[in-house]
Amino acid sequence: MQLIFEKSRPGREGFKLPEIDIPIASDMPAKYCREQPASLPEVSELDVVRHFSNLSRLNFSVDTNFYPLGSCTMKYNPKFTEKVASLEGFSDLHPLLPQLLGGGMLAQGSLEVLYNIEKLLSEITGMSAFTTQPLAGAHGELTGVMLIAAYHKHNGEQRKHVIIPDSAHGTNPASAAIAGYKVVVIPTDKDGFLDLQAYKKALNQETAAVMLTCPDTLGLFNPKIKEIADLAHGVGALMYYDGANLNAILGKCRPGDIGFDVMHINLHKTFATPHGGGGPGAGPVGVCEKLVDFLPISRVIRRADGTFALDYRKHKSIGYIAPFYGNFGVILKAYAYILSLGKSGLVEASENAVLSANYCLERLKNYYAPAYGKSCMHECVLSAEKQLEQGVHALDIAKYLIDRGFHPPTIYFPMIVKEAMMVEPTETESKETLDAFIEAMIEAAVLAQTNPEVLHQAPLSMPIKRLDETKAAREPNLRWQSK
Amino acid sequence: MNIPENLLYTKDHEWVKIEGDRATIGITDFAQHSLGDITFIDLPKPGAKVEQSKWCATVESVKAASDVYAPLSGEVLEANTELTDHPELINKSAYDTGWFALIKIADLGEKSRLMNSVQYKEYVQGLSK
Repeated sequence: MQLIFEKSRPGREGFKLPEIDIPIASDMPAKYCREQPASLPEVSELDVVRHFSNLSRLNFSVDTNFYPLGSCTMKYNPKFTEKVASLEGFSDLHPLLPQLLGGGMLAQGSLEVLYNIEKLLSEITGMSAFTTQPLAGAHGELTGVMLIAAYHKHNGEQRKHVIIPDSAHGTNPASAAIAGYKVVVIPTDKDGFLDLQAYKKALNQETAAVMLTCPDTLGLFNPKIKEIADLAHGVGALMYYDGANLNAILGKCRPGDIGFDVMHINLHKTFATPHGGGGPGAGPVGVCEKLVDFLPISRVIRRADGTFALDYRKHKSIGYIAPFYGNFGVILKAYAYILSLGKSGLVEASENAVLSANYCLERLKNYYAPAYGKSCMHECVLSAEKQLEQGVHALDIAKYLIDRGFHPPTIYFPMIVKEAMMVEPTETESKETLDAFIEAMIEAAVLAQTNPEVLHQAPLSMPIKRLDETKAAREPNLRWQSK
Repeated sequence: MNIPENLLYTKDHEWVKIEGDRATIGITDFAQHSLGDITFIDLPKPGAKVEQSKWCATVESVKAASDVYAPLSGEVLEANTELTDHPELINKSAYDTGWFALIKIADLGEKSRLMNSVQYKEYVQGLSK
């Protein structure tokens, strides 16, 4: 594939400027001027349109293909939420409006959405209050850990470390470290759960918090989660719930009821809003009663007369963590999604997400070794350890799936599983789609035995063939340069 | 699996070669193999104090970034800066040109917490079961 620069031909133009009928003059000092004209591509309008139309056709998304990228919950994002978010009453609103004197009365609908989604998220998770401000999951985590730090500080305590299992998302230790805590890593036991002995040994008066994902990154729900929470509370530590895997438990159990004190939700996972690059994301943070006063400002309140307003008078608050009120468009889409599915719909979504993952696990377990256990929650972790004997790595299988039209599962995570492949099909895929993916996975397992070379060469059907990832990392070539 | 007899080892797969009050350190063949192609290294600076079992370097491979812990406490005399431009030396020659740093040993008594080649070999075999 050619870059647009490579399509450039000297003298080719996309449009004509009118003749200059005034004297050419510039006040720009010479030292700020280019020595040579900028090297812009010289192309026609049709060249540009074709170039970008063809590039856009190479996009891979949930809207085009199956995307079982484990831990990311790549469920389909229903289009009606886009329509809701583009309603003029929302999209044309200036974000400063509710901060101006009397402006809040002109933004009642939006304030009500913020107020209501906090209530809905609190009900779904069993927390006392939410802030919708964090702009992504990791931002939510950092906000959550800052709330924990504010709480301990308020109580006159200097706690030093945060306990995190070795199967955790990398953002957990990163958030704790950025917030100033030391990270104590707990190993996983032979059944795939937090090693209780090591946990008890690490837990003490200096523990600020325990950060857990449940179900964890192995797709397992820890049956001792309540005991773990009680032990933490016993030494005055707080429990942090990484809501990345909330899609598995909607309406089945609530982190707040288990004893979690702080949590974040990735709206772009569980509540079907677009992800990262196509996002932006949103990572609302929920807290139990004793942490409510520390939440970031502003808070949306409901006045006695039923109107909504922003409240900044919170002297214990950790302050501002984001401009305005978070990614409002994303919050709006999640709100529409929650209301449209309703209680029974959300429960059904979780049930089907778990069913889909178990279906994949069941049909693939004879071809790839399951990491732990016989069943899973919303995602299953398989290992390509058997295939390694033929010199085939998880990476080779992932590349082969690209040729078959599927986005590969997450590979090499969780890091504690050798040659890990983490499949999260989500609830929005049909049985036919799952079957087609499973067939491709089985084919890869057969090829590993009979013709591993095919897997080593994949992908063959893409405009870019197998990349030399090592060379790309060691000698990054980040921009086009004319020869 | 290459495990030279004249070196001592840690559970985190670092090796150390003790010569008088000096020690050369690096990561084992097993470690480089598990990491895959190493693409980046962050080495300790000469003059830095390192502590046994505490962070002394970071290696990044195409799969993951991993911390490397000092097998012995001491002061860094020299770091193998050749690795900065050629991290592939760790993959090619983990025990020789892929060495990480030379340190002045603070307490030779810490040696008792390290494994010899026979013990390390058994340890590695136990891991793959």
